[in-house]
Amino acid sequence: MASEHSSAAADTDGDHTAEPDDECDAFLTREVIENSADGPLSGLSVALKDNISTEGVRTTCGSAMLADYVPPYDATVVERLQNSGATIVGKTNMDEFGMGGTTETSHFGPTENPRAPGRVAGGSSGGSAAAVAAGLADVALGSDTGGSIRNPAAFCGVVGLKPTYGLVSRYGLIAYANSLEQIGPIAPTVEGVGSVLDTIAGPDDRDATTRAAGEYRTSDGGENGDSADGAEADGEHDRSYAAAATGDVEGTTIGVLTDLLEGSDEQVIAAFEDSIDVLEAQGATIEEVPLESIEHALAAYYVIAMGEASSNLARFDGVRYGLGGADIDGSERSDGGDDGEAGDWNEAYARVREAGFGEEVTRRVLLGTYALSAGYHDEYYQKAQDARAWVKRDFDAALEDVDVLASPTMPVLPPEIGERIDDPLQLYLMDANTVPVNLANLPAISVPAVGTPGSDHNGDDTSTDAGNEEKSLPVGVQFIGGAFDERAILRVGSALA
Amino acid sequence: MSEERTNDETVAGRDEEGVMTADVRHVAGLARVDVAEDESERFAEQFVAILEYFETLDEVPETDAEPDLTNVLRADEVRDGLSQEEALRNAPETEDGYFKGPRVS
Repeated sequence: MASEHSSAAADTDGDHTAEPDDECDAFLTREVIENSADGPLSGLSVALKDNISTEGVRTTCGSAMLADYVPPYDATVVERLQNSGATIVGKTNMDEFGMGGTTETSHFGPTENPRAPGRVAGGSSGGSAAAVAAGLADVALGSDTGGSIRNPAAFCGVVGLKPTYGLVSRYGLIAYANSLEQIGPIAPTVEGVGSVLDTIAGPDDRDATTRAAGEYRTSDGGENGDSADGAEADGEHDRSYAAAATGDVEGTTIGVLTDLLEGSDEQVIAAFEDSIDVLEAQGATIEEVPLESIEHALAAYYVIAMGEASSNLARFDGVRYGLGGADIDGSERSDGGDDGEAGDWNEAYARVREAGFGEEVTRRVLLGTYALSAGYHDEYYQKAQDARAWVKRDFDAALEDVDVLASPTMPVLPPEIGERIDDPLQLYLMDANTVPVNLANLPAISVPAVGTPGSDHNGDDTSTDAGNEEKSLPVGVQFIGGAFDERAILRVGSALA
Repeated sequence: MSEERTNDETVAGRDEEGVMTADVRHVAGLARVDVAEDESERFAEQFVAILEYFETLDEVPETDAEPDLTNVLRADEVRDGLSQEEALRNAPETEDGYFKGPRVS
C-alpha cells in the first residue's frame, strides 16, 4: 500500500498545502484500508481519528512525538469495522493527544469548519467531524474524554455519540485519560450513528473495562428500553441501536439542565429552546432539572484528566517510539554529561519530550504532575474524585425521574480560528456542558439544533453539503441518558436529525 | 516546591508569580520535560489563574464513590503477542534485538 501523507499533515514545517478534495484539512493521512468481509456496513466509508491504532498505517495523535509512528496492530474497533464491511478511507486531524476543543493544538495545523468557513471545526475530534460534514467520509470515529466527539459534532452540524463508559473497547486507542474516554461514532444522521455503534459496541477481552449492556441494569423502568422486567423488555434490548432511531418522543420525559443554560451565547439558547419546543410539540414532557454538583464538574474533570495524562504520557521517552535523540538539534544520544546528579537518562528524556510535545500537552502534563505531587494530592486530586462521585450520584438520581437530560452541547458558537487559542482557561471553560457526562460515565449524543445547519427542521437536507451558505452557525443539542441506555438518546435525538 | 508544604504556604506562594515560576521548573523536572525560560514564566502566569479555578473544589463535600468496575480475570494461557521485530519497529535506535536508550550515568 502506498502511503499518501496528505495536506497539512505530512510536513512538520507548518506548510499547509491542502489537497483539492480536503480543503478543510480534515485528514492527516489518506490511505484506503479495505474491508475484510462483507457485512452491514458494506459500501460505507469511514474516517478514523488519528489516535485509533491502524496496523501498518501511521497514527500520529496530532503530535510531532508520533509523527512517524506506525502501529504494529489494529484497535478492536478497526477490526470490527473491517469485519462488518466498512472501508476505512483515512486518519483524521485532532488536537494533540486529544488535548483541546478546537483542533488548533494539532502539530499539523488546524482543521477548518466546512459549515462555517474561517471558524474552527471543534475538537478534539475536529478532523472526523469535518470529514463527515464535508462529505469526505460517510461516517467517522472519534474519541471523547471530555466532549471531544460531541463538541466537533455540534460545531460542524453533524451527529456525534459518546457511549457509556465500557460499551466500546478502548484497545488500540492511544490513551489520554483512561477513566474518562470512549471511542464513538460521528455521522450525518442519528440512525447512521446507531448503525456504527451496532458494529463497534460490545465486550472485548482485551479491554477489561468493557461489558455487555445487558449485564448492567438501570433503575429505569420506562418504556424506552433496558428495563429489567419481562420478555418484552429483553426484546427491546436486543433491538439494534440503528432501529432505536424512531424519532418517537410521545410520552418521553426530558429534563432540561438549567444550570448549563446560564452563561450560554444567546443564539445557542435560542436554537436550544426552539429544539425543546419541537420535542414538546411532538408529545414529550419537559421538566427543569437543577443539579447542585454540576458547577464543580469542570474543575474536577481537568484535575483528573491532567493527572491521568501526566501518567499516560510518561511512556513517550524517545526509546521505544517517538522522537529519538538524533531527531533533536544539538543532542547526542551518547554524550557524557558531567552533571552526575541528574544523570544522562533523565536529561535525554526531558530533551526528547520538550521537542516532541506541543505547548498544550506540556501544560497539561505539568499541571497534572503538580496536582498529583506530594502536598497537593489531597487539595486537588482527592477533592476532584469527591466531586466526580457527587456528579455521578446527582445524574443517576435525576435520571430516575426523567428519561433523558438535555442541554446545549457547547455554550458558544464555533470560534474563529485563532480567536481563543491563547487563553487556556477560556478554552477549558468551553467544555462546561460536556465534561459532566464523562465524570458520570454516561452516554450522550449531540444533534444539530432546529433551524441550524445539519438539522432536519430547517429545510436543509442532511446530505453533507459543505458549500451551503447558511445564515446561522451550527449549534448542537446534547441528550444524556442512563448508563447503557443509548437507545433512549438515539430515539430522542432522532426526532431532530 | 518542597516535598511537603502546608496549604497556607501554598496559597501565599501562588500570589507570587516568581514562586510559581520556580514551581513550574520543579514540576517540569519531575515530569522530565525541559521548559524554556520564557515558557516557564508564561506557564506560571497561566497556572496562577488555572489553579485558582481548581480551588473551587474546596467547596465539594466528601463523597463516597461506588465503584462501577469489578476485577475481570481470565485463564493464564499463552497467546500470540507482538514479535520482537514488530515491537522494535518504532524504536529510534536498536542494537542486537534490544531497544537502545541513553546512558544511565
